[in-house]
Amino acid sequence: MSTLFEKVWSDHLVVDETPDTPAVLYIDLHIIHEVTTPQAFTVLREKGLAVRRPDLTLATMDHSTPTTPVSSFKDLAVVGDSAARQIQQMEQNCSDFGLDLIGFGHANRGIVHVIGPELGATQPGKTIVCGDSHSSTHGAFGALAFGIGTTEVGHVLATQCLLQRKPKTLAVNLDGRLPDGVSAKDLILAVIGEIGVDGGTGHVIEYRGDAITALDMESRMTVCNMSIEGGARAGMIAPDDTTFEYLHGRSRAPQGSEWDAALARWRKLHSDADAGFDASVTLDASALQPMVTFGTNPGMVVGINDPVPSGNDASFRKALDYMRVEPGKPMTENSVDVVFVGSCTNGRLSDIEEAARILEGRKVADGVRMLVVPGSQQVKQEAEARGLDRIIKSAGAEWREAGCSMCIGMNGDTVPAGKLSVSTSNRNFEGRQGIGARTVLASPATAAASAVRGRVADPRTLP
Amino acid sequence: MKAVKRIVSRTAVLPTRDIDTDQIIPARFLTTTTRQGLGKHAFHDLRYRGDGSLNQDFPLNRADAEGCHILVAGNNFGCGSSREHAPWALLDYGLVAVISTEIADIFRNNSLKNGLVPVVVDTGTHDWLLENPGIELTIDINDATLTLPDDSVVRFHIDAFAKHCLVEGIDQLGFLQQQQQKIDTFEETRNWKP
Repeated sequence: MSTLFEKVWSDHLVVDETPDTPAVLYIDLHIIHEVTTPQAFTVLREKGLAVRRPDLTLATMDHSTPTTPVSSFKDLAVVGDSAARQIQQMEQNCSDFGLDLIGFGHANRGIVHVIGPELGATQPGKTIVCGDSHSSTHGAFGALAFGIGTTEVGHVLATQCLLQRKPKTLAVNLDGRLPDGVSAKDLILAVIGEIGVDGGTGHVIEYRGDAITALDMESRMTVCNMSIEGGARAGMIAPDDTTFEYLHGRSRAPQGSEWDAALARWRKLHSDADAGFDASVTLDASALQPMVTFGTNPGMVVGINDPVPSGNDASFRKALDYMRVEPGKPMTENSVDVVFVGSCTNGRLSDIEEAARILEGRKVADGVRMLVVPGSQQVKQEAEARGLDRIIKSAGAEWREAGCSMCIGMNGDTVPAGKLSVSTSNRNFEGRQGIGARTVLASPATAAASAVRGRVADPRTLP
Repeated sequence: MKAVKRIVSRTAVLPTRDIDTDQIIPARFLTTTTRQGLGKHAFHDLRYRGDGSLNQDFPLNRADAEGCHILVAGNNFGCGSSREHAPWALLDYGLVAVISTEIADIFRNNSLKNGLVPVVVDTGTHDWLLENPGIELTIDINDATLTLPDDSVVRFHIDAFAKHCLVEGIDQLGFLQQQQQKIDTFEETRNWKP
């Protein structure tokens, strides 16, 4: 009578917790990138420590990297001196500590949470961490995956373990099927709207129900990715045949007889029928419409055709003032300056395909800048093999190299002050996409439709 | 980590709820490779206007907030990213404790590892603290208590291990390294290999 989370948790206890000491939890996969690791490597050097398991460490560069083609380090000038130094230090650290770096020019480089699954390194039942809060993405495979700070990055590099208190569990039951034209992004935005940005604090979410089992893996990743936006430590989905089919044959997935053994183990990774959760919430997915945010956190979300709610407290009013959004009117009243399709939330092949489907035979509206950034070089290559780049470019949008790009605005891809961006990323915080940038979170279809219309638009109503 | 046993300071108040880590330190300052000197970026886009001038409306820019080492913040402080630059920036800015009704998980973990004390209080205490900026508080880490100016005492929860590390100034990596043998055994004896 255990939950999925409890099964994975107890399988990784090197030492169980006591009232006086936290558990020592073993980590099966540590993904590292250039932004949250330099200070951790400094600690290793100061203490004369090695990386315990280079073979369980996956290193790449994504956050501060340019999305224009890079053939040599002089191209890094586009992102500025400090970012260039950080990128060079990542190369040095990986070289000094014996880590294989999926760096520039590597066909597998991309956003940490896109390449882990793509390579088959993300697997059911694993514990996976990264110095990035969207590590919850990997929970889509039935892994226990969560973001950690740089001190903890150092702990994992040195010992392959973390000191952790056992979190609580929250069941998010998603009944019914999503209607046509409503995506996984709309679903998770609705969930966050329901539980609030702190509703999951201290908890690991398990997403369950017909609406979840009907989703493909890329959609499940979109859902789990935003668990942190509901404050949750992690988000998980029980692995099933959809999961196993996705992983089968991927380069870092088990092969041959090891695959059969893994499959037998993975099939037990689900919450038992009589398992109890500390809390639960239920939503009817069949009643949803495309969702967009109207405020400055992902919990301030509304159906695309519904009026923006009103609120009286100072934080709510401050958010609406920042966004220059009026209560009582739908978000479709707002004109759009920038559209971003990409990120670890919606930068996978199916997301690019969805945007291209909307853009095909249409044009990005005058005055709108649209950036489409694949989540990995692999996604880029597959999209190009399908001709999606041509559709995107002929619609008037920019097609870039892989990276975090305009989701976090660290690499020069930013939204100008005061401009309104419809973005498939995960955070609409003040200044997230650039100083003074106003961000509306949406699905790839809504983002592409908004680019075509020049205002926030329902993708189901394009002529 | 420097030991933190007792904090006596006036409070600065930032009543906005859901202050996220992008507001604590915007992402463009994360291209640093050290943990020092980030205080100048703390709350940067709230402290300064677009033209670089000081935003006098921001509570921490008020003269009476000068020298305050305890921040009383709105609910759900530190939500968002895992950047440890957030507590690094706040500590370098001069803060040593944050009080709220809820503090986001990753930010709280990161704070504890650097000696920034996260204190979660009940709504009643929080409301009173929000309404009374600048009062002097005493935070005793070992007793896990907050003493108000009228000598009334509010208890708060702090994990026993985290408290031990704060009070003794213990680096948690050292504790993990002591588990070396158990980690070796775990790796050798587990029934599957990652």
